[in-house]
Amino acid sequence: MTLEGRRLAIGHGRRVIGRDIDIVLHPGEAVALLGPNGGGKTTLLKTLIGLIPPHAGEVEIGGRKLMQLSARERARLVAYVPQIHIGTFAFSVETVVLMGRTAHMPLFAKPSPRDREATRAALERLGIEALAARRYTEISGGERQLVLLARALAQQPRFVVLDEPTANLDFGNQGRVTGEIRALAQAGLGVLFTTHDPNQALRIAARVYLMRHGHCVAHGPVQDMLTRERLEAVYDAPIRVLSAASGTAFLPA
Amino acid sequence: MTKKAEIPGARAERTRAGFAIACLVLFAGLAVALCVGRYPVSPGDLLDALAARFTGGAGGSPAAQTVILSVRGPRVLAGVLVGAALAVAGTAFQGLFRNPLVSPDILGASSGAALGAVLGIYFSFNLFGIEILAFAGGLAAVVAVYLVGSAIRTRDPVLVLVLAGVVVGSLLGAGVGLVKYLADPYNQLPAMTFWLLGSLAAVTPDDLAPLFGPVAIGTVGLFALRHRMNAMSLGEEEAIALGVPTRMLRIAIIAAATLVTSASVAVAGVIGWIGLVVPHLSRALVGPDFARTVPAAGLVGGGLMLFIDTLARTAAPIEIPLGILTAAVGTPIFIWLLADIERGWS
Repeated sequence: MTLEGRRLAIGHGRRVIGRDIDIVLHPGEAVALLGPNGGGKTTLLKTLIGLIPPHAGEVEIGGRKLMQLSARERARLVAYVPQIHIGTFAFSVETVVLMGRTAHMPLFAKPSPRDREATRAALERLGIEALAARRYTEISGGERQLVLLARALAQQPRFVVLDEPTANLDFGNQGRVTGEIRALAQAGLGVLFTTHDPNQALRIAARVYLMRHGHCVAHGPVQDMLTRERLEAVYDAPIRVLSAASGTAFLPA
Repeated sequence: MTKKAEIPGARAERTRAGFAIACLVLFAGLAVALCVGRYPVSPGDLLDALAARFTGGAGGSPAAQTVILSVRGPRVLAGVLVGAALAVAGTAFQGLFRNPLVSPDILGASSGAALGAVLGIYFSFNLFGIEILAFAGGLAAVVAVYLVGSAIRTRDPVLVLVLAGVVVGSLLGAGVGLVKYLADPYNQLPAMTFWLLGSLAAVTPDDLAPLFGPVAIGTVGLFALRHRMNAMSLGEEEAIALGVPTRMLRIAIIAAATLVTSASVAVAGVIGWIGLVVPHLSRALVGPDFARTVPAAGLVGGGLMLFIDTLARTAAPIEIPLGILTAAVGTPIFIWLLADIERGWS
């Protein structure tokens, strides 16, 4: 089963901000959408999970047209991890993760023991079961991101789509969250995330799509895509490469 | 028991305590409303009279029975229904609009119903006619607000909807003012004024059926959807991504909440604040999970309404309009809520 966008034109409302985008996501791989801010990464992400209809082209999942599936059917296939936010109501962490089970419950039903079990398993897998009774509004940013990952796991999808998963996290939490994202792909999920940090794409992703001004300018394996020349072209800025035996890192020059 | 297992246990216990307090508020409200008044009834007489009513036997003094069952009974039942309806509708609206400061008035339901009712009084309709008009006015106002809200496309449809509610509400308020200006100042105007301020004084046993029907339908609907309100309160996009059919649920929740609001306005007039403040009290008791907040709001709303209505009929030689009492209680609580905004609406 693949998640695939073909010849997509994307944009909010009537405004088209990107055209002719082809993208495919396979199970078990982590793919990065990399590019400068305002390049259309988040809009493409939302189009691929059915939150915004494409202006042209088609999104298909497992050969079925995404827009013809109900919200419930889509949610059983793709989970969305939005940028971390503080909600209006101070739900407990457990309640937030339990909301990931919505697509598995009948409309009027209350959570079943199976839903509670899936919630507990997701919390345990991310090692945050001790947070279960805490208020989501009162935990740290890194913990919140892990809670949203747990919610996506509880949803038991085939694909997980993440919007800037490490934005606003401190250094230590960035490492922890990127590790967990890699683990999702290793467990067989197709993982797609946006980032504006090439180093993060380098650490997590197997493939990269480079986006600029609403176009996908290049895509391919990380080692081919993340070169100084390509990055300088995408970001329109000089970039320095640090290389050592243990790996490579990019720095704005 | 390990320490990890104790945390959910302790929370479940706190929730149970919260529900116990909510039930206590309702039962204390019932007891006070049935016992206190110009003809005081002792708690013992109350129990005797109720036992006699439900077992069919004789018990208690006939005078106490008459007071409890015929005089205060209908008014108390109406109070419970109105209070619970406004509180549950307010809880649903706050979740749906992700704003803890909205209330059933926000979509114009109350002002639309008010315009319908003053028109009914102006044309000298009977009570049934007034109720129908109030009901129609409330529904028409919400439909108008919803149409305006969906006609204007922005990235924040909720804000547009709320603003449309404010604008349509003020237009309807002007309409109420016009009808009052045109009304006969000796016969009609006092009736309108009293009704607009809210009162359960005129409730008769015949009013209970038209109140109970819509309130039961709407409240059962909101109760059944309470588990989905959590996801709805995260906002449109996140709710859709979690698999919620948001469009359908939004219409269902608005329709149900408007139904119960219009029905209570039709019978009891405009009673503010209950729908705004009780959801917060119920969150304080049982936490923000709508699965628990919705039923707790119903219990607390019904009970609180009875306390306020008892005050309304006993505190002064004349009836004090309910709207004035709820505003006097609600305003300080609202200011406290505003000051508390930073704390994240626990």
